[in-house]
Amino acid sequence: MNGFLAAYLRNRGAIAGVVVLLFVAFVAATASVLFPFSPWDMRGIPFAMPGEMDFLLGSDSLGRDVAAGIAYGARVSLLIGAVSTAVAVFLGVTLGAIAGYAGGIIDDAIMRFSEFFQTVPSFVLAVVLVAIFSPSLGSIVAAIAIVSWPPVTRVIRAEFLSLRSREFVQAAEVLGRSRLAIVFLEILPNALTPIIVLSSLMVANAILLESGLSFLGLGDPNMMSWGFMIGAGRSVIRLAWWMSVFPGVAIFLTVLALNLVGEGLSDALNPRLARRR
Amino acid sequence: MGGGRLVRYVAARVVKMVVVIFAIIVTNFLLIHAAPGDPASVIAGESGAADPQFIAQLRQQFGLDKPLSTQLWIYVRGVASGDLGVSHRQQRPVADLILERLPATLLLTGTAFAFAIISGISLGALAARRVGHWTDSMITVLALGFYATPIFWVGLMLVLLFSVTLDWLPSFGMNTVGADLTGLAAVADTAKYLVLPSLTLGLFYMAVYARLTRASMLEVASQDFVRTARAKGVPEGRVQRRHILRNALLPVITFAGIQAGQLIGGSILVETVFAWPGIGRLAFDALLARDYQLLLGVFLCTSVLVVVFNLITDLLYAVIDPRVDVT
Repeated sequence: MNGFLAAYLRNRGAIAGVVVLLFVAFVAATASVLFPFSPWDMRGIPFAMPGEMDFLLGSDSLGRDVAAGIAYGARVSLLIGAVSTAVAVFLGVTLGAIAGYAGGIIDDAIMRFSEFFQTVPSFVLAVVLVAIFSPSLGSIVAAIAIVSWPPVTRVIRAEFLSLRSREFVQAAEVLGRSRLAIVFLEILPNALTPIIVLSSLMVANAILLESGLSFLGLGDPNMMSWGFMIGAGRSVIRLAWWMSVFPGVAIFLTVLALNLVGEGLSDALNPRLARRR
Repeated sequence: MGGGRLVRYVAARVVKMVVVIFAIIVTNFLLIHAAPGDPASVIAGESGAADPQFIAQLRQQFGLDKPLSTQLWIYVRGVASGDLGVSHRQQRPVADLILERLPATLLLTGTAFAFAIISGISLGALAARRVGHWTDSMITVLALGFYATPIFWVGLMLVLLFSVTLDWLPSFGMNTVGADLTGLAAVADTAKYLVLPSLTLGLFYMAVYARLTRASMLEVASQDFVRTARAKGVPEGRVQRRHILRNALLPVITFAGIQAGQLIGGSILVETVFAWPGIGRLAFDALLARDYQLLLGVFLCTSVLVVVFNLITDLLYAVIDPRVDVT
């Protein structure tokens, strides 16, 4: 564990990623303290420049505080990113474990199924799903999870295929442990390392997907989100650049931080690969 | 690769493609059924005559009273003959609406793809050649940056810079309204409108290909045949181009082929930002109008495009690299 930490801390980008991520999480957690009002409230004149009338980052076309919107939007982005990734990882690990351990027809069927989801353009599918099942936190999380699980399945299946015939698994079989115990207690813990790296990249991707959906007007109508703010600022960009610039910077920093953390984790968990780069 | 094996390979790929397309059609059918409001009640509602008898008559006319499996069969047969249903909002066949818009999308995605491939591979190759140098760090940072930026925001920022501030390029549409240009002047006009949208769509994928090319070239550069080439005195530029880059490109091409389909997905966002009159914009309009039949038509069309594109990449790949196992 200390070796892992040391390896991670050697990567400056990865440290910056963690710092930015902690900052975003802090803003999200303290949004209601920093801005003790609803982000939908009219707080002053519309189109106030950044810095004008106590608006740190300006106000939008309805006099709403852009900074407050970003703070509350951080909650939505992090929440949807984390929950949809958790669902996708659960789905992907389950299917991948079954495919890799069972083999044969079951494996074939699951792999064809995942190939199908990898073929279909994922953003279009997510748009269609959210539009049909009407935009809400639940449908957005479900749609993002549905388009993001296949890579997890492929990785877990590959790990299972290589671990299944190893001695410690054979030993467990000889000892008469149940199949479930072998899958979950023997093989799975050894197959999780690549999933840790993959999930940080998946959270980043989920945040990008969510911002794209809410930009198109498919966000949860009750929650302020970064993509929605950019979408609202699009038509008045000549008048109020700050309405679309700042939420975009928030998305950029968060996603970049997650990617850096993912790279840092990957290098720290596979020191052999890292040295080669 | 022998001629017979290639034919068998192609046949196997085509069969697989047909299966995937069939699965897409079935998914589409199920989604249409999950969509709120069946066409009969939509029409009845719009014509103002919502009496049950009229609705029942409409349902019969659309075959909505038949069992689901029969309806599926009718739907599959319809799609196979190019019938994607009717957009009740626009009162026109979905297939016509899509075909009308398809060329604009293909122009946009094609340009963006070419830009992304050429600039991505060049930047990646440059970074790999100068590994550790500041050029490499610059390119790596650039690629990391564009990889983390939502494309619709890149589009808006380009509009802010090149249209609003500098006033160099138009920010929306596909050609100058009312100019009625012909010939070369019309092409030049559209090209001007094409710059920002294709740049927007291309920059993200440029980042992907640059990272991929760099990693792939560094991996190939450490292999024995490269050392052999250097040892026998092949000039460095030639080693880089003929020995390293050529071999490093194979994984990039495969990945680019898979990604090409996702480009069409990204075009929904880009076409929305730039009011580009393609199928992405059509999908956005369908969203606003809750025209599910049209939205799903676009989904079906983009999915089929992706499948066809993947097939072409697979075939190209088998021709380029004779080592590919086609069995």
